Amino acid sequence: MITKKRSFPIGTSVLSLLVIIGLVVMIIRYINGLGAISNLSDGRPWGLWISFDLYCGVALAAGGFTLAGAVYIFNLKKYHSVARPAVMTAFLGYTLVILALLVDLGQPWYIWHAIIYWNIHSPLFEVAVCVMTYTAVLALEFSPAVFERFKLNFPLRIIRAIQIPLVVAGVVLSTLHQSSLGSMLLLMPTTLSAIWYTPVLPILFLTSAIAVGPAMVIFESTLSTRVFGHKLDIGVLSGLAKVIPYILGIYLLLKLADLIAGGDIGLIFSAYPQNLLWWAEIIIGVISPIILFSIPGIRQNRNAVFWTSVLVILGLVLNRFNVSILALAIRPGYTYFPHWMEIAISVGLVADALLVIWLAHRFLPIVNHEQPLEVKT
Amino acid sequence: MSIAALFDANRCIACRGCQVACKQWNENDEYIPTVENGVLSTNLGSNENPPQLSASTFTRIHFSELEYGGKFHWVFTKLQCMHCEHPACAAACPVAALQKTPEGPVVYDEGKCIGCRYCMVACPFGIPSFEWDSPVPWIRKCTFCFDRLGAGMEPACVKTCPTNALVLGERDTLLTEARRRINLRPDKYINHIYGENEVGGTSWLYISPVPFEQLGLPLLGNDPVTLDAERAMGAVPSVLLGVAAAMTGVYWIIKRRDKLNREKAAEKKEVGK
Repeated sequence: MITKKRSFPIGTSVLSLLVIIGLVVMIIRYINGLGAISNLSDGRPWGLWISFDLYCGVALAAGGFTLAGAVYIFNLKKYHSVARPAVMTAFLGYTLVILALLVDLGQPWYIWHAIIYWNIHSPLFEVAVCVMTYTAVLALEFSPAVFERFKLNFPLRIIRAIQIPLVVAGVVLSTLHQSSLGSMLLLMPTTLSAIWYTPVLPILFLTSAIAVGPAMVIFESTLSTRVFGHKLDIGVLSGLAKVIPYILGIYLLLKLADLIAGGDIGLIFSAYPQNLLWWAEIIIGVISPIILFSIPGIRQNRNAVFWTSVLVILGLVLNRFNVSILALAIRPGYTYFPHWMEIAISVGLVADALLVIWLAHRFLPIVNHEQPLEVKT
Repeated sequence: MSIAALFDANRCIACRGCQVACKQWNENDEYIPTVENGVLSTNLGSNENPPQLSASTFTRIHFSELEYGGKFHWVFTKLQCMHCEHPACAAACPVAALQKTPEGPVVYDEGKCIGCRYCMVACPFGIPSFEWDSPVPWIRKCTFCFDRLGAGMEPACVKTCPTNALVLGERDTLLTEARRRINLRPDKYINHIYGENEVGGTSWLYISPVPFEQLGLPLLGNDPVTLDAERAMGAVPSVLLGVAAAMTGVYWIIKRRDKLNREKAAEKKEVGK
């Protein structure tokens, strides 16, 4: 269980306040419509919520399937201690995506229509199905933490029996889901800048999500180490850090090869000012981490590993904002900058997640728990 | 055979009767664009009004002030849903609320819509609008007066047009008619029918004396914008099966390798004893 119990009255009350502000804004939205709390318009129908809560939220939850896959399918037992926190944050991330959609959708009470009215040609239909099923899979993957806490041995045995199929399902659904967010943009060939638009966007989305998965795990576990006072083996951190340059390297090669094959490579020099966004995304989130994580000294230093993974995360966030808002043409005659109430919704949701993480770490066996696979064998 | 409409910029006099008829037929007067409604209606230095399509404006006349042939010209364009042959909105809609009918119009079923607004983002012409100030908001756009067509009537805008700048007909017939007008007066028309091939063809066709990008219509290629997404969605079943098989295979191989290693280690121990 938790070795050191610390309470954070100031931190948690600030978080609670942010959650309450978000709730108040949500109430205004349900009474007066989306126009009352957002600067969204016919010219910019998707804004901050889609870019941050959906596009970044789903990508940053990639730690769940990458770690679960590494530990339970590839049998890398070394990372067992970080798999459960990763699955938990992924589960919370997906719950937040759904909560954000309940604000962003015009008719959230009809969200279940996606179950009965199918358009199998719509990338967003694929996204909807993946969000629903993968959230359920994540809940089941995480449920042993709750069952262990309350010593419910019967359901625990059932979950452990289907653990491997669950993890496989999680990897399959994540592969489809991460890539389908890229497929969604394939319907915008005329409005998304040619620097980013490519028929292989789904593959680029999947690759960058796989790269950011370990980075998010480093980020979360370093922070929770600091807050909750347990110690994490540096070998785990440096092991995760070591794999990132390979995935980012593949990602960079894919991106460059695609630009060259599409004949758009010149745009990264000429398409000012959007090319600056491209360079920022590549230098911050791809090239610097590849260099830094390749240096053994950096991989052995907790702080350096942490800040380098922050770079990976920032680069991914910038990429998702680029493709879903900054490099996506707005209808003529419109402008968009998020309303403070749009930001309040997103901030409130993140505060929500942090509160739940804090509660979970206090009351559930998240970090130090028995290792089911070894128990079985 | 599908129905279509032909707009002739040489015949439009910008009376905006079509705008009024459209608002009347669709009962769009309850949602008047004012500053309070969040729809700006300020003097833009032209007679264009309203300045944008919106949930209460399905069509409007766009004014272009141009100089050609050494003279000043006012050229007008009617903007509304183009009712594409391969509509991006219908491909985008996760619940199939938007559909291309065999008759031609792209119609919307608010009984299915969840308000995700993907149709608005996907539309290459930037047409669908949203009821931003309603707590129960729907997507709004030109319906091609599908209800009137069903009753054997012309769309409200076509019916009201006093100069026959708008004509309704079979798409192929209208294309022939458009080509006839262009060939008859090549000095008055450029040799291009907008909508014949744009994004795979649209049910609204335009002919004009000047290139269409000067008329507020976007410059688009001839490939349907739905092509890449269709290809990606087509790959989904094989990706699903492939990844599932690969993961199960990897799990099995690694488990077996571990087991063999353990057995070997146990054997060594035995031998050591």
